[in-house]
Amino acid sequence: MARKQIVILGGGTGGTMTANRLRRRFDPDEAEIHVVDRDDRHVYQPGLLFVPFGLAQLEEIVRPRRRQFRNGLVFHENEVDEVSIEGDEVRLDDGTVLPYDVLIVATGVQLQPEETEGLTGPGWNERVFTFYSPEGAEGLRGALERFDGGRLVVNLVDMPIKCPVAPLEFAFLADWYLRERGIRTRTELVYATPLDGAFTKPIASEHLAGLLAEKEVELVTEFNAGEVDGVGGKLGAYDGRDLDFDLLVTIPLHGGAAYVERSPGLGDALGFVPTDKQTLQTTAKPNVFALGDATDLPTSKAGSVTHFEGEVLTENIVRYFAGKELDSSYDGHANCFIETGFHKALLIDFNYDTEPLPGHFPTAVGLPLLRESRLNHLGKLMFQWVYWHALLPGREIPGIGPAMPSTGKKHTPVPT
Amino acid sequence: MTMTLIADAQVDVDAEGFLTNPEQWNEQIAAQIARDNAVSELTDRHWLVVRFMRDRYLASGTAPSIRSLGKESGVPIKELYQLFPKGPAKLAAKIGGIPKPKGCI
Repeated sequence: MARKQIVILGGGTGGTMTANRLRRRFDPDEAEIHVVDRDDRHVYQPGLLFVPFGLAQLEEIVRPRRRQFRNGLVFHENEVDEVSIEGDEVRLDDGTVLPYDVLIVATGVQLQPEETEGLTGPGWNERVFTFYSPEGAEGLRGALERFDGGRLVVNLVDMPIKCPVAPLEFAFLADWYLRERGIRTRTELVYATPLDGAFTKPIASEHLAGLLAEKEVELVTEFNAGEVDGVGGKLGAYDGRDLDFDLLVTIPLHGGAAYVERSPGLGDALGFVPTDKQTLQTTAKPNVFALGDATDLPTSKAGSVTHFEGEVLTENIVRYFAGKELDSSYDGHANCFIETGFHKALLIDFNYDTEPLPGHFPTAVGLPLLRESRLNHLGKLMFQWVYWHALLPGREIPGIGPAMPSTGKKHTPVPT
Repeated sequence: MTMTLIADAQVDVDAEGFLTNPEQWNEQIAAQIARDNAVSELTDRHWLVVRFMRDRYLASGTAPSIRSLGKESGVPIKELYQLFPKGPAKLAAKIGGIPKPKGCI
């Protein structure tokens, strides 16, 4: 029998992890596995949050993609030109054509700051920054060092974004950083969001709004940013409201990778790939699967989600080849540490149906949920090691399975 | 969830007045909800957006975000805010008789 061809687009968290897992599941003479990415820089994205405050260096959080792959994978450092769903093949920018039996889309999202009027105009990377890219995070570090008080506005333009808690964490850490520098009293810190609260899910949203208030961060809700004047220092909303700023930290619009839009039948209008919530098979064609930020699933765009999805996805690729029914057990499980400054962090754990609740993770004697603690902060720091050494190589993390654990959670009626 | 009377029809609504059962909707109900929310008349442009919202919800189970509305409905975001002041996605959903859009996470 001819060797199966598996093509994985994207060598980030989802692509790398899946490539390594599949390499273990299939013998080299059973399947050839190709991974495509446009560059050889694997960024540990949770680390970007710490760069602006000098708490992490880019050198620590960026490593070569190639080094994260098991032996026996073929890596193509190239842009994807187009996927032909009909022809079961991928064309790369240099003309290489990769035919596939199974395609896995794991190209995540791209930032689209140019979609907001004026955002990348004069003032961009001078008083308007994003920490969602390595270069932006590094630029913001310099700007914060030079910052001497005034109005610092944190704004997420619109959902979906990667790691929806990161903008809140940025506000918490900025409060801490400014206090340490002794300029907090002459800084107004503003958090502007298009949501109607600090966060999307009611119980967590209340907790997080309380933390913002405690840290004297002004919360501006239902603010849909439409226009930025980077020279005059004005952030305008579509409804006519304006926010003045001396320094704007923006989380720009997100969309899928550019080739998704170029490939007929692959993505939706925003470039995300319509995917089955439980099996991770796309609606494009049965031999096309997707995971991580690239999908349109109603869960967080976060590494933890990608990790939990990965287990179900790998199993389903094996079942697909064997002609068996797919495993539909992915439950939307997400798990995020939320840095709150002063060496503390919160932890939230949730899925499609259960919102983040207080309690402990993964069982009644684990890390505290929805409560600030030093233990959670240590957990967040330690996680970087786990990421490079267990998660990417595709090893299981003991005690943490893909399905959301319920035992340690305090279930209270959800307000409707 | 409560029952209420809108444009002479009994409908189920949530605490914020969004219909919870899209099948109970009709155009008179839409017009009444619009008036109650300071949109005195539903023009063709309003209907374009309302029908787009509703069709998308009925087909996919989720209401489009303001961004997808701007990209796909044929009405740019700035105009959406003129048509449906404050929150176009929410208000168009309310007028279109579909549940309140959930912010994705």
